[in-house]
Amino acid sequence: MPRPHGGKLIDRHIKKELSDIEEFPVLEVSTNLAEDIENIADGVFSPLTGFLCKNDLENVLNEKRLVDDTPWTIPILLDFDRKEFKNINEGDTILLENKETGLLSTLNIEEIYTINKKALAKSVYGTTDMSHPGVANVYNTKSHIVGGDISLVKSKPRIFDEYNLSPKETRFLFREKGWKEIVAFQTRNPPHIGHEYVQKTALTFVDGIFINPIIGKKKKGDFKDEVILASYNTLMKYYYLKERAVMSILRTSMKYAGPREAIHHAIMRKNFGCTHFIVGRDHAGVGNYYGPYDAHDIFSQFPDLGIIPVFFRSFSRCTKCGGVVNDKICPHDPKYHINFSGKKIREILRNGQIPPEDMMRKEVAETILKFDNPFVE
Amino acid sequence: MTEGKDEKKYTTISIPTPLAEKIKKRIEGTGFTSLSSYVTYVLREVISGMDEEPEEAFSKEDEEKVKERLRALGYLD
Repeated sequence: MPRPHGGKLIDRHIKKELSDIEEFPVLEVSTNLAEDIENIADGVFSPLTGFLCKNDLENVLNEKRLVDDTPWTIPILLDFDRKEFKNINEGDTILLENKETGLLSTLNIEEIYTINKKALAKSVYGTTDMSHPGVANVYNTKSHIVGGDISLVKSKPRIFDEYNLSPKETRFLFREKGWKEIVAFQTRNPPHIGHEYVQKTALTFVDGIFINPIIGKKKKGDFKDEVILASYNTLMKYYYLKERAVMSILRTSMKYAGPREAIHHAIMRKNFGCTHFIVGRDHAGVGNYYGPYDAHDIFSQFPDLGIIPVFFRSFSRCTKCGGVVNDKICPHDPKYHINFSGKKIREILRNGQIPPEDMMRKEVAETILKFDNPFVE
Repeated sequence: MTEGKDEKKYTTISIPTPLAEKIKKRIEGTGFTSLSSYVTYVLREVISGMDEEPEEAFSKEDEEKVKERLRALGYLD
C-alpha cells in the first residue's frame, strides 16, 4: 500500500472541546467548501492541512506542485468578500460554518490575498472561456482569498454516511482484506457493460478494486446519487466477488479541469490507499476543451506521483469479436463497433425500458427503474 | 512571478561535463527541454518514496473504533 501523499496521512479533527470558540468571528461557507474542509480534515487531501497560501498557489499554477515540490494540480482555496467581512486579519482565528452539513471548523489565518482570476483560469483549465463551468466558478470567486490551517470541530450526520469511509478506514480495510495492490475507479454514473469491462480488466492484475463514486451537486438530467449507489450495489452483488470489491463515496465537487483534475483524482485515491488509478478517455473533461488523451499524457510529468495510472482508451462492443474491445485489441472495421452511449442508455431508461443486455446488466437496469425518477430534475 | 522569487526556487548542482553532454544528446527530440528538466525528472523519480516517514501505526483505541465502524457498516465480517 502506498504511503499517503506527502508521506503522512493528515488528521485535522479536534479531539478536545474548545472553550473560547464563541469568541471567534464566523464565516459561512458553501457546501462545496465544507466538503473541502472535511476532505482536508480526513486526509483525503493529504498533505494539505488547510487552504493554500499565495506561495503554494503560485507554485501549483506554475509548476503543478506545492512549494515543497509535492505534486499538486488543483488549487484548494477559500474565498470571502472583504466588504462583508472587514475585521479579520492575518494571525486571527475564525470559525467556518456550513448550515447544510452542520460543519464547524477553525481556521488560523496565515495570509489574506487576492488572485488574478484570468491567470488562474488559464493555468488550471487551459482556457478563459466563461462557458467552461470551472472557469465560470473562478470568475465568481469572491474578492479575497484566505490561506491557513483548519481544524474540524464537528459536522452532523449526512445522507449516505454508511458509504462514506475516510482514508484511515479504507487503509485499514484494505489491510484487513490482505490487499496489497488496489485499483481505484472513479464514477459519476451507474455502471454499463463498458465500465464493468474496464473495472474487471484492471482488477485482473491487482488484489482488489475500490469503486469510488463522486457524490454531490449534479446537473439536470444526471442520475441521482442514490441511483448510482443502488446500481453499483446490484452489480457488485451479482457480478463481483465480495472479497475483491469495495465501494465507498467521495464527497467533492467536479472541477472539469481535465488533465490537472486527473492528477488530483489520482492523489486522492492514493490517500485512500490505492496503488493504481483508472484513467479513461477525456477524464474530468467537459465540452471540447481537452484532447481525448490529455489526461493520460499529463502523468508523464509526475515520476514521483506514487500511484500508477491505468490508462483506458475508448471501448465499444464489437459484433465480430463478440465482446467488449478497445482500439488496441480489435482489428475490425468501426462499422462492427457499437459504442456504449451513456446518452442512449439514459434515453432508454427514461422511457421505462430495459436497455439491451450487451449495454447494461438487466439487474442493474431493473434497480434503476425501481426509482420513480432516477434523474436529477 | 518576479525574477527574484525564481532565483530562490532553484539551485545549481555540478555534474561531470561528459555526463552532461551524454544527457544532452540523449534528450534530443524528447519532451525534455533542458538538461535541468531531465535531471529534475530523474531525481524526483529516484527519491520518491525514499525520503518519507514510515506510516504511523494505529493506536489500539483507533483500531478498535475503525474496526467497529467497518463491521457495523458491513465492510468487514
